Amino acid sequence: MSMGLLRLLRGNKASAPVARERLQILLAHERGMRGQPDLLGVLREEILAVVSKHVMLDPTKVIVRLERGDEVSTLEVDIEVPNDFERKKVAVG
Amino acid sequence: MAKVLVVTSGKGGVGKTTTTAALGAALAQRGDKVVVVDFDVGLRNLDLVMGAERRVVFDLINVVQGVAKLPQALIKDKRLENLWLLPASQTRDKDALTEEGVGKVISDLRSRFDWVICDSPAGIERGASMAMRFADEAVIVTNPEVSSVRDSDRIIGMLDSKTVRAEKGERVEKHILITRYDASRAARGEMLTIDDILEILATPLLGIIPESQDVLKASNVGTPVTLSNAEGAPARAYIDAARRLCGETIAMQVPTERKGFMDRLLRRRAA
Repeated sequence: MSMGLLRLLRGNKASAPVARERLQILLAHERGMRGQPDLLGVLREEILAVVSKHVMLDPTKVIVRLERGDEVSTLEVDIEVPNDFERKKVAVG
Repeated sequence: MAKVLVVTSGKGGVGKTTTTAALGAALAQRGDKVVVVDFDVGLRNLDLVMGAERRVVFDLINVVQGVAKLPQALIKDKRLENLWLLPASQTRDKDALTEEGVGKVISDLRSRFDWVICDSPAGIERGASMAMRFADEAVIVTNPEVSSVRDSDRIIGMLDSKTVRAEKGERVEKHILITRYDASRAARGEMLTIDDILEILATPLLGIIPESQDVLKASNVGTPVTLSNAEGAPARAYIDAARRLCGETIAMQVPTERKGFMDRLLRRRAA
């Protein structure tokens, strides 16, 4: 009796092909990233430097997030600033 | 000409230490002079798997730091004339492994042995990078399972970029060793196939070690599996792998399911 038929009788699907496909997609991506600088880290540092020139902010409150979608990916930059950030900047400048 | 071989994987628990002991013993039985070196500083286990845990006096870190001479730290195997162990330190920190110090120990070992087999710790940090740093060849131990294959891919990337050979523009010869292979699960489509793994990792196969109680029994008694049950399937697979490392051409044995249809049916009912 073939394995395929056996599987059919049992009514369960093989999970190995799913594993194989997931790995191929993941590793293609990871191999491309290898040796590249940490893009999000670089973006975060540069955004922080630019915004800090004009606004006082807490470096730990700068979050840069990249979400990968099937069609498009989104880059989300979330910067929390204190309510009195303008006055502080005036005082410094 | 001595060869430095690293046994590595990225992921833990896949069988690096078992493989180091088994390949070391198999190569020594062929007549080559072999040392197995434990790089898992702080979590040493090769001494235990080799049955030498009560004979450790000095370790790799002592030699790296010049506290002990290399011959003082080498432990001779009680069963095989040509097999030696250099244990890791259980108490020290892995940061004690300096590149310069490890390089000196490896080159000293090269002059004394035919094979220097480095048992890498899991992970990609200092211990693992030092274990592979001076390697000529690598055995990448992989289980037929997604996280193990992913980590193997990462380790292959490191072997191709972070080793002395890679930096000189030379190649580290890489081999995949598939361990814990369960033929019946593979036949049911529950496990990545050998072909899947080799295609994904694009690296040649050194051997397939079947899942077997022999392996646990061997570590229980502190004997390399190639010695504890030399006729068993894992031992034969390791001995064939050692012969391939020596350049012999041996047909690959893919473990097959020995149970018949009724057995499977009954086991399924029972499950």
